[in-house]
Amino acid sequence: MTTLLRLADVNVYYGAFHVLRDVRLEVGAGEIVSLLGGNASGKSTTMKTILGLTRLRSGTITFDGVPVEHRSTPARVRAGIASVPEARRVFPQLTVDENLLAGAYTRKDRAGVAEDLERMREHFPRLAERRRQEAGTLSGGEQQMLAFARALMSRPRLICMDEPTMGLAPRLVDQVLDEIARLNRELGVAVLLVEQQAELALSIASRGYVLATGEIAVQGTADELLRDPRIQEAYLGRSTA
Amino acid sequence: MTETQAATAQTVAGTAIPPLLSVRGLRRTFAGLAAVDAVSFDVAPGEVVSIIGPNGSGKTTTLNLVTGAIPADAGEILLDGRRIDRLDPARIAEAGIARTFQNGRVFGALSVADNVAVGLHTTLRAGRPARRLSTWFLLRWIPLLAELAVALVPTRAARREQARIEAAVAAELDRFGQRLAPRRDDFAYTLSYANRRRTEIARALAPRPRLLVLDEPTAGMNPSETAEVLDQLLQLKAEGQAILLVEHKIDLVMTVSDRVVVIDGGRVISEGRPDAVRRDPLVAEAYLGRRRGKA
Amino acid sequence: MLDTLIAGLLHGNAYALVAVGISLIFGVTNVVNFAHMSVFGLGAMCAWFFIADLRWPFWATLAVVVAVTGLTGLLINLLVVRPLARYLPIAALLATYAVAQILDSVSQWVFGPRVRPFPEVLPTDDLHIGLMRFGTSDVVMLALTIAVMAALGLYLKFGKSGRAIRATSQDPEAALQMGIPVGRIQHLSFVIASALGGVAGVFVALYTGTVSPTSGATAGLTAFVAATLGGLGSIPGAVIGGFVLGVAEAFGVSLFGGSVDDIIMFAILILVLLVRPGGLLGRVPVLAPEPMTGTFLGRGRPIRLGRWGLVAVLAVGGVVIPVLGSRTFLTIGTQVLIYAIIGAGFTVTAGQSGVIALGQAGPIALGAYASALLALLAHWPFWVSLPVGGLVAAVGASVLGSALWRVKGHYISIATLGMGIVTVAILRVAEPLTRGVYGLYGIPTPHIGGLALDTPLAFYLIDFLVLVGTLAVVVRLRSSHLGRVMSAVGSDEVAAYASGIRVRDYKALAFAVSAFFAGVGGALLAHQYTYIDPDLFGLTMSLLVLTIVVLGGVNVPFGAVIGSIVLIGALEVFRVTPQLRVILYGLALILVVRFRPGGAWVRRA
Repeated sequence: MTTLLRLADVNVYYGAFHVLRDVRLEVGAGEIVSLLGGNASGKSTTMKTILGLTRLRSGTITFDGVPVEHRSTPARVRAGIASVPEARRVFPQLTVDENLLAGAYTRKDRAGVAEDLERMREHFPRLAERRRQEAGTLSGGEQQMLAFARALMSRPRLICMDEPTMGLAPRLVDQVLDEIARLNRELGVAVLLVEQQAELALSIASRGYVLATGEIAVQGTADELLRDPRIQEAYLGRSTA
Repeated sequence: MTETQAATAQTVAGTAIPPLLSVRGLRRTFAGLAAVDAVSFDVAPGEVVSIIGPNGSGKTTTLNLVTGAIPADAGEILLDGRRIDRLDPARIAEAGIARTFQNGRVFGALSVADNVAVGLHTTLRAGRPARRLSTWFLLRWIPLLAELAVALVPTRAARREQARIEAAVAAELDRFGQRLAPRRDDFAYTLSYANRRRTEIARALAPRPRLLVLDEPTAGMNPSETAEVLDQLLQLKAEGQAILLVEHKIDLVMTVSDRVVVIDGGRVISEGRPDAVRRDPLVAEAYLGRRRGKA
Repeated sequence: MLDTLIAGLLHGNAYALVAVGISLIFGVTNVVNFAHMSVFGLGAMCAWFFIADLRWPFWATLAVVVAVTGLTGLLINLLVVRPLARYLPIAALLATYAVAQILDSVSQWVFGPRVRPFPEVLPTDDLHIGLMRFGTSDVVMLALTIAVMAALGLYLKFGKSGRAIRATSQDPEAALQMGIPVGRIQHLSFVIASALGGVAGVFVALYTGTVSPTSGATAGLTAFVAATLGGLGSIPGAVIGGFVLGVAEAFGVSLFGGSVDDIIMFAILILVLLVRPGGLLGRVPVLAPEPMTGTFLGRGRPIRLGRWGLVAVLAVGGVVIPVLGSRTFLTIGTQVLIYAIIGAGFTVTAGQSGVIALGQAGPIALGAYASALLALLAHWPFWVSLPVGGLVAAVGASVLGSALWRVKGHYISIATLGMGIVTVAILRVAEPLTRGVYGLYGIPTPHIGGLALDTPLAFYLIDFLVLVGTLAVVVRLRSSHLGRVMSAVGSDEVAAYASGIRVRDYKALAFAVSAFFAGVGGALLAHQYTYIDPDLFGLTMSLLVLTIVVLGGVNVPFGAVIGSIVLIGALEVFRVTPQLRVILYGLALILVVRFRPGGAWVRRA
């Protein structure tokens, strides 16, 4: 498997506060990798750094063998990195179709965009039903599907997903994870999945990294991580406390 | 539900005293989505209660509702048996609830000492003559102008009160040892993140609140700074200070709390002593997600 | 009746065009762009120049106006808004206010200040329906507006970049993550909005038949209120706001006469903001995410004078200058001192309570008129009418401002701007008492016993003593508990409220204190000029006070003295013309906000 995204020794500061320390991370083409950790462990910052929303102090980010750490966010999207932001962030007063077209902003091929729009409608029938409805009126689960579809509209090779299950009812959480697995399987797009719900995330991922106070504390295959007692600790504290 | 929870509070406190804070059926929606729904819990006098839960579960919203920063859509909040859920934040502060904020809101244009002194505003008597009229239409100008007059030409009582404030500020800063005292005259905007949080806690503690509400007091602190805050919280607990705490660092929560309330999706999913909560499978699920077969 | 309605709708569509631009810009940049009203004036003047002077055809002129105003908009964003919006939107707001004044002055300089007839491009009185007469010009204008609005609507709805504009305005960070170049989209919005504003300027000139370099300040301001009324950021809101104001103004003027339209306009605005703090279709966050001013304007530690420094300053100001200064020098000195008094008082509002009030000329006017009228009509001695003038200003400004304190964020700056204008409008309307636009003359100078104190030296000494008193009060207030409370309000409202501080009350008190000193300053001006009229107390005076205080440091009472020396003293000594002076005020404001946000009289932290 070829490496698609590679972070090498990435350091990020907020003011004097060292939020990411020497983060090293890889995502292979077509792979699902989950990035885990408790609240405020640096997961979202890692995501923002990959997307170019946060500047890194040192280290490199290569995408498809090309260094991208000095490129703007739009340039990274053009290169093939798409994002499903935290809390979904669909454009509430744009219709479902308009949201999808906004996702295709970086593309110049009108015909291809129209084709993909049609594909998304097939892939997400719920969205097709609501194509003229404002996105703000959709349910949480539907908004999440829209956020996936919007990200796919740029024809990405990697989608960064920031806590796609946050604030969703348990029934929907399963659906969302199934959907991610299906997108990965059917479209071959790689996924970097930031999740708090470790066990759920690892159920669809092949590998995972665990962040704790800005450092990669544990990494391994999904099965290894699921058995690792340190995961439990990272979330619920040491049981000996 | 209501009665059983009240009963828990009483047993925890060990005696049959009524709860200090009592929250019943609290609800608040944002754009149609319920951020907090049917949340009920108590805090007994001298008790430390923590609210934990995953991101976006409604913890901070709950604190904002209790302190009046945002109004509730439904439910009751009682402090010492008195309804406070319809009061504005200033009156809630006067009733004896002091709080800190998630990212540390200090008054940047004031020195550290002045920040703490502002926290004592609700305790002023001589400096704020006729303050009982403060909530009346138009008549509120009487205390305002009187306060202006006393500020420009202090009475003897006002000067004595000012001296008392200075002493209280010094005592409060001492609580943080060498962290804040050397910086007492620095502008708050020059402070490090951790010192901002300390200043904020000092400001909240200064008026000796009935209930101290802390929103992630150790966010952005390193382990040794966190340990320091833990010591201070234990010290406050020993002094009998009632605390309502939202905190992500679970070790700290488990050590300092008498009781833990776990919320997820805006609802209370578990409540009880720290060790019991930790063993609750519902809690593990909320944080770790349910185990399921590989897709 | 019907023709009043039609007149209102015609005006309303021009307001709507400008208001749409303001809302568009606010949507994508989160900045209230005051410069937009001048872009509107610029469009009108440009059209006049090309049609009347160069004899260009109307259509070609329209194209030029679109190009010139669009480019102006782009430059405003590139040079002023973008570099500042990164710090805090309020800094950009201040700077655009300055840009507005600069543009108006440049326009006055280039074209001359007079009001001139706008050439009749199309017949204005050749058609009628029943008894109602109108012209081809009106029909063309209405058709053009509808076409422009429809084109804009379609572009925003279906155009790729139009959609990107809407996406950016709803969630800039998410838009960026979709690969939308948010910076370029902001430039684009400025160009489109400014071109619309320019076109609207041409239309209004066509309709009213006259044009002047400052026409933007009146009509543009109405559009501003329209955008605020509709809810900043909401395009449909801006259209509704434009038409509501156009119609309300037309009926108001036909019922009460031309001088009340400012009053009607701001009365509607305040009423709407009270019921819906975000405007008709706008939204405000439940909890203010960050303080508006505290972290931006409060930075830096004031330089301390020390005891000997203080003695030296007192000696130079109170002894050396009076003894050695020439008459001219002392006359300039009185101006410097009076504005220092007003500015030092204003630090309580702008610095401590964090309210960037844009209409401080209002309370100055109240104090000036109150003291002058008491002296003229009731023959009160100066020494009594002076403090009473201050009190009247404090009470009057508090009454007019009583509704302001519930308003949040940018809206409060806009509302204070309106309050200043309304105050002057009231003075103009209260003609039996104030003699309206003719002004008051023969205002008596101060006396002690039979001794007339009408020399520059006497004025200087009186002003100096009042300034020393003002500084003493303001400094004492700052160091008191009450002063700390006011500063807490300005630093972070949410945290102050949670500490038991009734935020609105203390803002109101701070504003009253500032208004008192503004009134005292106004009274001093009145008795030294011996003549005042409403035009004296315009936007330029408000800008001057604000600039003095921002230059000296909003949290530094003594800084107002420095600001006053630089902005009045220096410019007077170098005999700078009034128009250039406004340009320099504006530049000073922009440069200070950009490079020394804590003011000149602070050490960098």
